[in-house]
Order: sequence, then C-alpha cells, then structure tokens
Amino acid sequence: MGNYIKLIVLGVITVLALIAANYARDVAYMVNALTVALVAAGLFLWTLRRTGEPVAAVDLSGEYMDGPVRAGVILTAFWGVVGFLVGVTIAFQLAFPVLNFEWAQPYLNFGRLRPLHTSAVIFAFGGTALITTSFYVVQRTSAARLWGGNLAWYVFWGYQLVIVLAASGYLLGATQSKEYAEPEWYVDWWLTIVWVAYLLVFVGTLMKRKEPHIYVANWFFLSFIITVAMLHVVNNLSIPVSVFGSKSVQVFSGVQDAMTQWWYGHNAVGFFLTAGFLGMMYYFVPKQAERPVFSYKLSIIHFWALIFIYIWAGPHHLHYTALPDWASTLGMVFSIVLWMPSWGGMINGLMTLSGAWDKLRTDPIIRMMVISVGFYGMSTFEGPMMSIRAVNSLSHYTDWTIGHVHSGALGWNGMITFGALYFLVPRLWNREGLYSLRLVSWHFWLATIGIILYAAAMWVTGIMEGLMWREVDANGFLVNSFSDTVAAKLPMYVVRGLGGVLYLLGGIIMCYNLWMTVKRSPAVKATDHVVPAE
Amino acid sequence: METYTFLRQFADSWMLLALFTFFVGMVLWVLFRPGSTETYEDVANIPFRHEDKPAPERQPEES
Repeated sequence: MGNYIKLIVLGVITVLALIAANYARDVAYMVNALTVALVAAGLFLWTLRRTGEPVAAVDLSGEYMDGPVRAGVILTAFWGVVGFLVGVTIAFQLAFPVLNFEWAQPYLNFGRLRPLHTSAVIFAFGGTALITTSFYVVQRTSAARLWGGNLAWYVFWGYQLVIVLAASGYLLGATQSKEYAEPEWYVDWWLTIVWVAYLLVFVGTLMKRKEPHIYVANWFFLSFIITVAMLHVVNNLSIPVSVFGSKSVQVFSGVQDAMTQWWYGHNAVGFFLTAGFLGMMYYFVPKQAERPVFSYKLSIIHFWALIFIYIWAGPHHLHYTALPDWASTLGMVFSIVLWMPSWGGMINGLMTLSGAWDKLRTDPIIRMMVISVGFYGMSTFEGPMMSIRAVNSLSHYTDWTIGHVHSGALGWNGMITFGALYFLVPRLWNREGLYSLRLVSWHFWLATIGIILYAAAMWVTGIMEGLMWREVDANGFLVNSFSDTVAAKLPMYVVRGLGGVLYLLGGIIMCYNLWMTVKRSPAVKATDHVVPAE
Repeated sequence: METYTFLRQFADSWMLLALFTFFVGMVLWVLFRPGSTETYEDVANIPFRHEDKPAPERQPEES
C-alpha cells in the first residue's frame, strides 16, 4: 500500500517538474526542474520494481543503521576533493585572470565559481560530514538505532539533491546574492523540508536513547540543527517573482537585510562550522585518544557559553555601515567575550590527550585532530581581534578576512573531518586498520604546509592592501589606485594557489588511502560478539 | 507604547536578566551541584560503551 502512495506522489512530482521545465523563465530554473524530474522518475522506476515483491521482515533494532553513514563517508570525501579543486581553480583565476576563459563565459568565470566553491566546501563537504557523523555519533552515544527507519536515507539523499540543485543553479546564474545563502527560493523550501526531517530523525533517536544522559556531542549537534533551521528560514524570507522562474525578491531591504544576512552569516560559522564540528570533536577526539574528555563540566559550560554568545556576534561584519553604532558595538563586544568559551573548548579538546601525549608521535590520526583543535584556537583568537572596530577598519574588505576564514575552514573543519573519516572507514567497513598510516602522515603534512602557505600569504597581502588603501600623501590625496594594490598582490596570490594545490593533493591521497583500506586491508576476525556484563 | 520601543526595553531589562540568571545558574549547577563530579565522570565514558550495537531493550541491572 505504502508503495502505491509513493508511486502516485513520485509520478505527480515528475509531471509537475516537467511542466515547470516547459514553462521555465530562465535556464537555471529549467535545468533544476529537469533534474528534479529525472530524480523523481528514477525513484518512480526504482519503487515500481519493488512493488508487489515479498518483503522479508527483518528485525534490525539490534543493529545500528550505518548505511547512510557509509554513503556519507564516501560523499564527504568526494565533495571535499571537488570543493578544494574549485577553490584551487578560482585562486589561480584571481592570480591569472586569463583563466576566466572566454569560451566558458559566463559559466566558469570567477563570479560564478566562487559561490560554487564556498557552498561546495561548507555545505557539500562540511554539511555531508555533519549529517554523516551526527548519525554515527547519536547512535553510539544513545545506544539506540536511528529513529524513523528510512527517513534517515531521505534526509541524506534529500540534502544531496539540495547540493546538486544549488551547484548547477550557480553556474547557470541563479543566485539571491546573499553570501553563503545563495540558493534560490525553491531550493530553500526543499532544504527546509529536509532539515525538519533531519531534526525529527535526530530528536527521535535521542528520545529512544538507552543512556539516561544525553552525551555532550549530541547537545552540540542538536543546537546546530535547530539554530541552522531558524537562521535558514529567517534569512531566506523572499517572494518568488514567478513560480516558473528562479528569481525572488527579499522581504527585508537595506540595513535590515544586511543585519539579517550577517546574523545568518556569522551564525552559519557559529553553529554550522563550530557547534556541529565541536560535536565531532567531543566524540572523535576521546575515541581516538582512548580516554574520556578532559573535563565534562567544562564541556557543558563550553556548550552554553558558546550558544549564548555566538548568536550576538553577527553585527561585527557591518562596522562603519548604516548599521547603528550600538549594534556593531554589541557585535564587537560579544565577539571578544566569545574568545573565552572558544578557548575553553580548545583546552578541553587538547587536554583530553593529557597522559597520552606520546600518541602524537605514533598516531597520525590523533595528530590531525590535535592540529585541527589548534587551528580552532588560533582562528577563534584571530576572529575576535578582527572584530574590534579599529582592527576591522584595516582588515575589512582585504584578503586578511579570506585568510582568517581559511585557517578556520581548512585547519579546523577540514582537519577534524579528515580525522573523523580516517576513524570511521575501518570501523564501518569492518577493517582492522587503515591501509597506510604513512599516507596519513603525508596527508597531514601536505595539508598543514598548504594551510600555512595559504594563511601567511593572505596575512601579508591583506595587511599590505589595507595599508595601501589608506595611505595618503601630505595633501590628503590617496597614494595608491586600486589597481596598484592588485598588481602588488600577485606573488601572494600565487603562493596562496600553491597552498591550495598542496591541500588538494592531501585530499586526493586521503581518498586513495580510504579506497585501499576498503579494498585491501584485512577484515576484522569474526568473534562471537559476547557483550560483557556491566 | 510602540512595539519597537517596548521590545527594546524588554530586551534590555527583563530578558537580559532572565538569560543572565539562567547562565549563571547553569554554571553553578554544573560546578557545585553535590554529586555532579561523579555523575560527569560516569557520563564522560558514554562513547566507550556501545560501539558495536544498541543496548538491549531491557537494561541489565547495574552492578
């Protein structure tokens, strides 16, 4: 019976999507509608072939649901490499404008590839990593199978569809011009539905947990899911110009729109790239170090302090704008206060290794996680400093900001995700260990040197251009034209691109290593699975 | 009173007080609640308990 309803729904979606493609007002909308039609038709056939077949009733309540986690590990690695590749491409496009090929205009120019890069690394790589690890962690720490049966699969593939629709839309020119929230209205609506399902799966699993206490990693994951839902809905309040077109008009305008955007934008950093990834840290670092977190009390205070303070920090993106001074001062003060919980969390992560520091020498995975937490500390010191109005007057609009973002994204988010992937693959595919620890070391050093080249180049070039922009002569005239700064930046742009190449190379080595782990590593010997009594 | 003015005054007074009280209360609860140290030592070990499969339907007696 369920299958017949599914078939009707999928059939209707296919037909409606094809009608929408027929009436499409722009190419991006047409391609997206055709993608939806293709996916729905494919699912229709897939369901049809299973309809009427006998279904073996298997009780799976005694096992964890690791299917979506396995698929998620593969796609996280895939999206990572794609995102890094696009990043390297646009880095060299900035250094050598000739790489904005005439024959590929306008689809592959910097303006269209840049949101593709940011969304690919944040939402495709980071988002898939978060969904994957949260599904893994919530099951292990709740001692319960995921709630909702195949709803977890819906969340997983639904989110992948968001990525595909957004990415193809960007290249064809669909964007609502909000940084990190570029997808147009129909992608936003679809993501909202997927996200509610995600919340249901997560909370449902927590509700049926067998551990009386909710482990701290799950608090971070939960705050990430709830806050991102709130941010996403408010920042994407827009009215479509036509149901058959991708263009929409924002409900807010002017400074209200700017404030909403950066309330969203900074909390995307705070709750997507920080809280969610802290959930990973609070599970994978103790697991890999084989000892509990340094201070559980500190982890709870870390949690509440982080979520109480982060939410106010957004206005520091709008210093010296039409935003009232009190609002930007508020954002600045909260950003500085935020330094404390961030470093509390960093200390908690690092000190988890106390008594096991020798593992840093022998275990390249823990080394990866530790440097990740180190970069978390470094970028959460740099961020508050840059939010101070006087510092911001130098750093804003310069590449210093880009360097800051990348020390956080490549260092903290990237490295902790790599660590988690190295941790997960042998366990999920039942292998004794990784194919090669040496290759993990190679990855570690390539990525670390890549980040250092990247961040150092951006510090130099950012401060340089900031100083060049504000330089005035004795009569008060500006000394440099904008193009002077661009010419002076070339060497640093090339170094940044090389840093990106190293980081990308590390990612490719990781994919090879993980692939060979599944293919070649010896399987764990079967045991009789006797669970010791507690 | 205008909605904006009302909300602004409310945010600056009672809401601020409520959030601050909650926060301080949380810190005190975590740090000084009797028995909290033992509880947290126990729950910090949650990641090491159910690596392979969910807990069975009925919890075995605590020994």
